[in-house]
Amino acid sequence: MSEWLERHIPKIVMAPSFVAIMIFVYGFIGWTAWVSLTRSRLLPKYEVEGFFQYGRLFAAPRWDTAMNNLFIFGTLFILISMVLGLLIAILLDQKIRTEGVLRTVYLYPMALSMIVTGTAWKWILNPGLGIESVVQGWGFENFEFDWLVNPDYAIYTVVIAGVWQASGFVMALFLAGLRSVDQEIIKAAQVDGIPTRRIYSAIIIPSMAPIFLSAFIVLSHLAIKSFDLVIALTGGGPGYATDLPATYMYAMAFSRGDIGQAASSAMIMMLVVFTIVVPYLYSELRAKND
Amino acid sequence: MTDQAFPTAPRRSRNVPLSKIALRWGLYLILCVFALYYLMPLFVMLTTSLKSIEEIRSGSLVALPRDITFDAWATAWSGACTGIQCEGLRPYFWNSVLIAVPAVILSTGIGALNGYVVAQWRFRGANLFFSLMLFGCFIPFQVVLLPMARVLGLMGIAGTIPGLIFVHVIYGIGFTTLFFRNYYVSIPSELVKAAKVDGAGFFRILWSIFLPLSLPIIVVTVIWQFTQIWNDFLFGVSFSQAGTQPVTVALNNIVNSTTGIKEYNVDMAAAIIAALPTLLVYVVAGKYFIRGLTAGSVKG
Repeated sequence: MSEWLERHIPKIVMAPSFVAIMIFVYGFIGWTAWVSLTRSRLLPKYEVEGFFQYGRLFAAPRWDTAMNNLFIFGTLFILISMVLGLLIAILLDQKIRTEGVLRTVYLYPMALSMIVTGTAWKWILNPGLGIESVVQGWGFENFEFDWLVNPDYAIYTVVIAGVWQASGFVMALFLAGLRSVDQEIIKAAQVDGIPTRRIYSAIIIPSMAPIFLSAFIVLSHLAIKSFDLVIALTGGGPGYATDLPATYMYAMAFSRGDIGQAASSAMIMMLVVFTIVVPYLYSELRAKND
Repeated sequence: MTDQAFPTAPRRSRNVPLSKIALRWGLYLILCVFALYYLMPLFVMLTTSLKSIEEIRSGSLVALPRDITFDAWATAWSGACTGIQCEGLRPYFWNSVLIAVPAVILSTGIGALNGYVVAQWRFRGANLFFSLMLFGCFIPFQVVLLPMARVLGLMGIAGTIPGLIFVHVIYGIGFTTLFFRNYYVSIPSELVKAAKVDGAGFFRILWSIFLPLSLPIIVVTVIWQFTQIWNDFLFGVSFSQAGTQPVTVALNNIVNSTTGIKEYNVDMAAAIIAALPTLLVYVVAGKYFIRGLTAGSVKG
C-alpha cells in the first residue's frame, strides 16, 4: 500500500491542479463557446442555434469600433513600445555609469496597476487643467490638446498611457538581449574598424530576433487584454469611441445583460490571442522537448 | 540594483578625445530626458496630491505646491466617496490585503509542488499537463468570466473575499508552476536519484533538498503574484460586491464618481495609495521583479 502510494504520489499531488485547470480553463472555455452559439440574453440558454450571436456581433457598430480600436491601439502600442524600448536599451548599453538608477526609473511603471496609470494620465491629459493649459501658460495661447475628450483621437491617449507603462519593460527585455550577444564577435568587429552603427544594425540586432518575437508576443497579449487602462482613462468614451473588445465584452456581460454577445465577443478575443500565441508556445515547447 | 541579467560592461579607457566626451554628454542628456518622461506622471501625481483644490485650479499642472497640505491624503484614505459610501480607500485597501496575502501564499505553494513534480518526477502525461497549463496562462480572462460568475454563485462564495482568493489562486497556478518548473529543471536529477537510493521519499526530498535551494524563486514568484493580484481589476470588478471590492476597483470608483466637484488632489492621493504596496516591492526587490517579468514572459 505505502509502496503504491509512494509510486503514485507525484500524480496525486498534481491531480487537484489538473482537475482545476481542466474545469476552470478548458471547461469554462467550452461553456463560453457553447453559450456563444445560443440565443442567451439575460440568462444562459443551452439550445444551440448556430452562429446567430456572431452575426449580431459583426453587425454591431459598437463591436466594429472596438475591433478598429484594437487594431489602431495594438499596432501603435506594439510598434512605439518596441522602438522606444530598443532605442533606450541601446543608449543604456553604452557603459552608462548610472545605469542601475536609470533602469529603475524606466521600469517602475510596470509595477503600477493600469488603473493607477489611467488615473494619472487622465489628469495629465485633461483639456481644462492638464498639459493643454500648461502649454498655453507658456505663451502658446492657441495650443489645443483635447484628445481625451475628442472621439476621433481619444484612442491615441490610450496609446500614450500604454506606451508609458510598457516601454520600460521592453527596454529591459532588449537590454538583456543586447548583453547576451557574444562579446567576442563585437570585439572582432570593433578591431576591424566597423562603425558602431553598423555593428548594431548588422550584428547585434539581427541576433536578437527571438527577443523581438517575445516582446511582440507579450505586447500583443497585453494589448488584447487591455481593459483596466481604458476603463480608468476614458471609461470607453466619449460615447464608445475608445471601446476595445475587452470593454465591449464586459459591458455586454455585466451592464447590458446580453450573455450571448458577451460570450461570442470573448470567443473572438480568444481566437485573436491564440492565433498569435499558440504558434509561439508550440515552437517553444517543441524546442524544449527536442 | 544589479542583476545577473544585466552584467556590467568593462570601464572605458582614459584619454578620450573631446568629440567623444561631447557625444557622451549628449547621451546622458537624452537618457535624462527619457527619465523625466517616465517620472513626470509620478511627479504630477505627487505634487497635485499635496495642493489644495483652489491652487490646482489657479496654478499650473507642473508647478510645485505653494502650500503643502495633506488634506487630500486624509480624504483619500478615509473620507472619499466610492459611489454612495464615503469611507475612503481604507476598507478596500484592507480588502486587497486580505485577498492578496492568502492568494499569494496558496498559489505559490501549489506552484512549488506542481513545478517540483513536472521538473523532477516526470510521469506519462506530465508534459501534456504542463503544456495545457501553459496555454491556460495566455487565455484572455474574458472567456472565463461568465461561467466563473455562475460557479462562484453555486459555491456560495459569489461577491466574497474567499471567492476572489479562489479565482486568483486558480488562474495563478499556471504561472507559479511555470516559475518553479523552470527553476527546478536545472537541478540535476542525479540528486533525486541518489536521495531515493538513500530511502528518501517524495516529500522528504522536496523538504530537505529542493526547498532549501528555492529562496530566490520563491521571492520571484511571491513578488510576481503579489503584483498581479494587487493590481488586478478585471476579477475585482466582476466578482465583488459593495464592501468586498479591492483597492483598484475602489480607486476607479472614487475617480469616476460623478457626484460633487472633481477633487483632483484626492484622486491623485488615492492613486498613489493604491500604487504604494507594489511600488514599495519594486523599489525594495526590483531585481526579483524584473526576473519574474522576463522569466514569466520570455521563456515558456
